[in-house]
Amino acid sequence: MLFKIAIKNLFGAKLRTGLNVFVTSISFFLVIFVSGMYDGMREYAKNITIETEVAGGTYWHPDYDSMDPRTFEDSHSIIPTQVKNLIAQNNAFGVLVSQASIYPNGRIMPVIMKGITPDQNIVNMPTNVLDQHNDITIPVLIGSGMAKNANLKVGDTFTIRWLDADRTYDADEGTIVHIMETENFKLDHGHIWIPLSKAQSMLAMKDQATYVTYSKDLSKIKDIGDWIHHDVNYMIRDMEALIKADEPGAQVMYSILLALAAMGIFNAQVLSIFRRGKEIGTLMALGMTRSRVVGLFTLEGGLNAFLAGIITLILFGPVLFYFGTNGIPLPMDYTEMGMLVAKRLVPVYSISLIISTTILISIIVLVVSYMPSRKITKMKPTDALRGRAAT
Amino acid sequence: METKKNVISIKNLVKQFPVGGDYFTALQQVDLELTEGEFIGLVGPSGSGKTTLLNIIGGLDSATEGSVSVLGHSMDNTSHNERAEIRRKHMGFIFQSYNLLPVYSVYENVELPLILNNIEQTEREKKVSRAIEWVGLSDKINSKPADMSGGECQRTAIARAIVHEPALLLADEPTANLDAENSHNIMNILSKLNSEISTSFVFATHDEKIMGYLRRIIHLEDGKIINDEKILKPTSA
Repeated sequence: MLFKIAIKNLFGAKLRTGLNVFVTSISFFLVIFVSGMYDGMREYAKNITIETEVAGGTYWHPDYDSMDPRTFEDSHSIIPTQVKNLIAQNNAFGVLVSQASIYPNGRIMPVIMKGITPDQNIVNMPTNVLDQHNDITIPVLIGSGMAKNANLKVGDTFTIRWLDADRTYDADEGTIVHIMETENFKLDHGHIWIPLSKAQSMLAMKDQATYVTYSKDLSKIKDIGDWIHHDVNYMIRDMEALIKADEPGAQVMYSILLALAAMGIFNAQVLSIFRRGKEIGTLMALGMTRSRVVGLFTLEGGLNAFLAGIITLILFGPVLFYFGTNGIPLPMDYTEMGMLVAKRLVPVYSISLIISTTILISIIVLVVSYMPSRKITKMKPTDALRGRAAT
Repeated sequence: METKKNVISIKNLVKQFPVGGDYFTALQQVDLELTEGEFIGLVGPSGSGKTTLLNIIGGLDSATEGSVSVLGHSMDNTSHNERAEIRRKHMGFIFQSYNLLPVYSVYENVELPLILNNIEQTEREKKVSRAIEWVGLSDKINSKPADMSGGECQRTAIARAIVHEPALLLADEPTANLDAENSHNIMNILSKLNSEISTSFVFATHDEKIMGYLRRIIHLEDGKIINDEKILKPTSA
């Protein structure tokens, strides 16, 4: 019976229902969209690290610590045979890491020099450009951030000085062959990339590497000597830790968004119910019990939330899908601040976000329908009939 | 001779409302008996207590002192739910400002008491059609209150009040918002219904136009019954 009356009330009051449903639907959309952007920002940092740096995982020289440049000098050796086989099958590439200094425009800059297999296509880096310049002594690939800091452009030459395996300082001329646009600042700032074979020859470390990165979906090799295997989870552990550390912040933001949405829904719903005080009085005079009146209005709230879910899907679904696919361009480059923030922010709408938002907003709508109607039904029916607002 | 059933029995009724730190006495020492099929008016100026008395009879308000029995149910110790059930099953209400649900059509407004009483669909259709026919609104069945005149709205309210054939119909100033012609139409309909169905009618009114239809007039003043007059030959009926 209540359901029948609730449906009749809902579809009978076209404008009122339309407004309530629209406000609830806007709330659904905003909470999902903004939270999706926030989640997207955090997910992006992880994804970009995997795409440009980590791929399926890495095998490290046992002494290598990517966070400690003092280990670079000793962290190199012949690549274990089975890992070398992976490289031969184009399923992996080696990187030889060393410290160096460059002298662009008369300045001295300490850099991390990395030799990389030019024809790799395992990570998203334009390393193939290093293979197209046999006439250049040391072809160098740098990121746009590094180019800006060192005031370098394609074709510029500068001196590179390094310490080789015999602990002798050598120097030669490097030429910028390409400036890459990368959103992973760890490949950019303070880094120069040269062909792996050139680095092995410069450093007198023939067939040696510091680490090897392998393709996604490859299983771990067991026989890797004293080298150490690091899977993707290990390589992105810092990102995961950052995301985890940021969770309370994300929850606070989600709560603020929900609170704002709740206020909008509360206003629309409460206003609509208090305006119906006389209707509630009439229903009570016609013999509807208080609990049934409260049930009716709460049910109307529930149906309102259900309709809002459908309207969100129809009205805002395409908008969410568009931004989820194409992203939103950001006005500035945050990589200069050392932040892994994309130039284009792509929202991520997780199932848990959609389900939790739907449940929470439905609860809000039910509560803000239940409370005012309960308050009105506690009034004397004679007051409700006169349309007096509950105080 | 057949004894008519007692519909309302009120003894020593007192009703007080808190006003500021004091109490305003709206009804004092009211005694009233009403039997089946009566057509009575509670008449008096504004503030005389007629609406308050009507609300107490209808279980929308409760007495401060005294006893009120309606249709064999003592209203003194009944819960809200019990009173709601009595109203739902045995009473009909007509309000001065109609109190129709604005988003419902005439049919849906009239159907509502039957839905609340869990009457099944086919039975509902029959009863609603008959009630709408009684009040002469068959051509307005799908109209909404906003599209109708005051007289039509009040006729819809009457149809809603009588659709479940209640034992008692309470009308609070049913003609106060209507012009003379509509007032007479409404009273004719109610008077006819009273003779056709066994419903008892109680009006709270100070409208002189409808006095001629009443068969018993109870005069109220300052919360007291000052006169209880039986009209043997109503002038307008």
